[in-house]
Amino acid sequence: MAPEIGHFALVMALMLALLGASVPHIGIHLGNRRLMALADRVAVGLFLMVAISFGCLMYSFVTSDFSVLLVAANSHTAKPMLYKISGVWGNHEGSLMLWILILTVFAAAVSLAGRKLPLHFRARVLSVQCLLAVGFLLFILLTSNPFLRLNPAPAEGNGLNPLLQDPGLAFHPPMLYLGYVGLSVSFSFAVAALIDGEVTPLWARWVRPWTLMAWIFLTGGIALGSWWSYYELGWGGWWFWDPVENASFMPWLAAAALLHSAIVVEKRDALKSWTILLAIVAFSFSLLGTFLVRSGVLTSVHAFAVDPARGIFILIFLAIAIGSSLTLYAWRAPKLVPGGLFGMVSRESALVLNNILLSCFAAVVLVGTLYPLVMEAFNAGQISVGAPFFNYGATVLMSPLIVALGIGPLLAWKRGRLSRAAQIMLPALGVALVAALAVLWHSSGQLIMTAVGLALAAWLIASVFLEVAERTQLFKKPGRFWARAKAIPRASWGMSLAHAGLAVIVLGITISTAWTKEELKLVSPGDTVKVGAYDFRFNGVAPVAGPNYTAVRAFFDVTKNGKKIAKLAPEDRVYAHPMMETTEAAIRPLLTGDLYAVIGQAAGGGKWSVRLYFKPFISGLWTGALMMMLGGLLSLSDRRRRIGAPTGSKAKKPSTKLKEA
Amino acid sequence: MQRFLPLIVVAALAALFLSMLLRDRNPHEIKSVMMGKESPAFTLPALLEADKQVTDDVLRTGHPVLVNFFASWCVPCRAEHANLMKLAKEHHIPIIGINYKDDPAKARAYLAELGDPYVTIAADLHGRTGIDWGVTGVPETFIVDGNGKIRDRLWGPVVVDSIEKKILPEIEAIK
Amino acid sequence: MAAPKKSKGLKTRKRQRLVIVSAALIAIVGAIILITFALGGDSLNLYLQPSAVMEKQVPAGKRFRLGGLVATGSFHRDTDGLTYLFTVTDCAVDIPVKFKGLLPDLFREGQGVVTEGRLNKQGVFVAETVLAKHDENYTPPGTAPKNAEACSHPEALSALKKGGR
Repeated sequence: MAPEIGHFALVMALMLALLGASVPHIGIHLGNRRLMALADRVAVGLFLMVAISFGCLMYSFVTSDFSVLLVAANSHTAKPMLYKISGVWGNHEGSLMLWILILTVFAAAVSLAGRKLPLHFRARVLSVQCLLAVGFLLFILLTSNPFLRLNPAPAEGNGLNPLLQDPGLAFHPPMLYLGYVGLSVSFSFAVAALIDGEVTPLWARWVRPWTLMAWIFLTGGIALGSWWSYYELGWGGWWFWDPVENASFMPWLAAAALLHSAIVVEKRDALKSWTILLAIVAFSFSLLGTFLVRSGVLTSVHAFAVDPARGIFILIFLAIAIGSSLTLYAWRAPKLVPGGLFGMVSRESALVLNNILLSCFAAVVLVGTLYPLVMEAFNAGQISVGAPFFNYGATVLMSPLIVALGIGPLLAWKRGRLSRAAQIMLPALGVALVAALAVLWHSSGQLIMTAVGLALAAWLIASVFLEVAERTQLFKKPGRFWARAKAIPRASWGMSLAHAGLAVIVLGITISTAWTKEELKLVSPGDTVKVGAYDFRFNGVAPVAGPNYTAVRAFFDVTKNGKKIAKLAPEDRVYAHPMMETTEAAIRPLLTGDLYAVIGQAAGGGKWSVRLYFKPFISGLWTGALMMMLGGLLSLSDRRRRIGAPTGSKAKKPSTKLKEA
Repeated sequence: MQRFLPLIVVAALAALFLSMLLRDRNPHEIKSVMMGKESPAFTLPALLEADKQVTDDVLRTGHPVLVNFFASWCVPCRAEHANLMKLAKEHHIPIIGINYKDDPAKARAYLAELGDPYVTIAADLHGRTGIDWGVTGVPETFIVDGNGKIRDRLWGPVVVDSIEKKILPEIEAIK
Repeated sequence: MAAPKKSKGLKTRKRQRLVIVSAALIAIVGAIILITFALGGDSLNLYLQPSAVMEKQVPAGKRFRLGGLVATGSFHRDTDGLTYLFTVTDCAVDIPVKFKGLLPDLFREGQGVVTEGRLNKQGVFVAETVLAKHDENYTPPGTAPKNAEACSHPEALSALKKGGR
């Protein structure tokens, strides 16, 4: 019964979405407030319908109803409950359901949390969201119906890919989708503003919290995915520049750029047309990611099974959504009134530089991701763009970004003084130089890139600290620190925390790349392998039986100078449904780095091949990402940035039109 | 001009993606969609009778049939041949042969040597029908009901196990 | 960054736009130089199947990706217990491969594999990484031999069939 209810609810949702995509526009055209207000009800109803449908699908998975094709193909009774649930979105159809669910959650959220938005504007935003929902609902209903029945029902299901049976990956897709789809709100705001032909500082103020939220989720999703590959794929790598990883990274870069350019719109009423374009581009990257994963034009570790019909459908949807919004942009953008001027040295300029570098980086990632496709299209053979390309791009573009990041927050709006900023930042420069020289000295000039990376991280951390010290006048009046610290808006604490998070990530990348110790050895029980300062003693293996797998577990005692540090027990698992082996690395994070052990194949005679690592400060990657997220949350909680506008503001109010005379 | 730039970039990308989607890439990835679908149409010359044609009408006689893609150059086909003979002679199941990318003369010699289990054989000289059916290689066998719908698909040679566990029960179920 | 021309303060606004646009241009040109520079180097890897390696006479020391099937019966361990030797085939040409490390979970004889490395002087492909690529249905994409019908390895072909599941 549940699948039929779910299917019906989905059809109802499509009807509602069609209603919501059309009626509000008519309402705005006629000036009919009741028709406009319909958008709110539709948004909530749409969410309820999709939620019911999603609930039905989840119910089928939880109860292992194998008469549903999707459940039979992706689930199994012997699977732990967590993975029965995560199995819902561990496949093409279910992940689309999650996508549409989140889309409607955001639509309902805009409707409920955006009560302070002017009615006509909210109606426009919601109707654009409904239009997106129409596209995705059609996609699901026409090409990827998750509720197809299977007759006769098999007694047992196929199981879920064991690599995906992992707590990290259970929550990675929902997080990432919250980010991807969250950008749809920025997109809808941008399209609504283009239709209205007006971008005001108030607009930027509305759009920023939504973008910030999407960016926080994207950060979390990407970090989770990276963490997953670090401990699950078994060789300590955490980022592969895989097309699908790139697909999540490009929207992140665009969203980061959008966050910063929206500040300029909000504070100075400038960069409007560029900001609108960014909002469209950011969501377009999300759609592009969806397309790349599902159409099979690129092969990837994460790619879903492929059906050309789906690829064509989503391409058409993509072309309509992105094409029409960019056409609207080309048509309406010139109508946007240009805003405030600013000097070469100013906060605005720093943010423009940030935007240029972030966008360029996104473009480089895009080129690297699609280059193999272009070559294949022109029959120039199959190639792959390797990590060095992306790493090089990241280094060249992100280094100036970090340098600018240190100075930017100290510059005044409109016209800043570089000399003043330089004066304050002098100690940071000193710290950076000392860090670089120390590395070069220590490695006798070998580790140049490491020196650069450490200098950048040191510079950024020091400058964040100095900036906070300057604001709080920590050095001038230390006694009043707390009083002043409390007076600083949360948004700027958020900024400092997020910037420091970036520094910690750079630190993690640099240190772990330069000083990782690695040993590949064939060991017998009782052997000891020295990895850096640590001794790994191999104590043999034992068989283990899990809920739906069997495994060989190896035991290591790790000591340092004879002192016990940790016990590690990596596993080599064989899953039953489907039959497949996975490596479970054993990881023990210490203050200075991670101990990491993987067991490979048995070599006969009680010998095993093992790979052991010490990865210094690799946790900086995830700590840094967490700091960025917390920084975002802190900024989101700032009273001044609460979702919605100041009370009583109608968009037509003259005070909100800070037009240049 | 510059405001049209993003639009131009997107249009170029869309064209690129479309061309990639429309070309024949990795035909084996189509397999998942074949099951339960209408069998792709074909009109091919008959292998044994000159000037005659075999069309997909042979799949719509009301009786379930097997469609077997084979070739004389294919070693596993040779391995499965005895089983096909058994299916035809002992179980009286009609088998439609599709001779995949083969030299007709060699194919006829092959059948003369090993026996002919097929009710009729179509010569798919250029492998076009194989692509339509999503065949990844030979041998490959499809179970088609009397109305032209593909019920199941067997990769690789037909072995005793697949006869007993799949072919016979499924044909029985269709009847 | 489109801004209309009809506005007062034309000069300053024009100048500001000029500065921003030229900064963007410098960044983009820089990125393009970077791309061409980096793509000319080691980061652009051709993906080849064994026959193509023979055809193109890929020189020793050139980095590329080799894809194909692991020939059945070809897999064995070197005396150090950590180095693996196996043959990658596309049913027409066989290339011996040497790899030191832990093999990925999905590695199996008769299955598809993608390896990255270089040929040495003896014509052995020394792999630095062995990639276990798989989609939702657990098959490594891009490894199905293009000329399977010319297969002289019946066991490899039937293995491909198994791999197709």
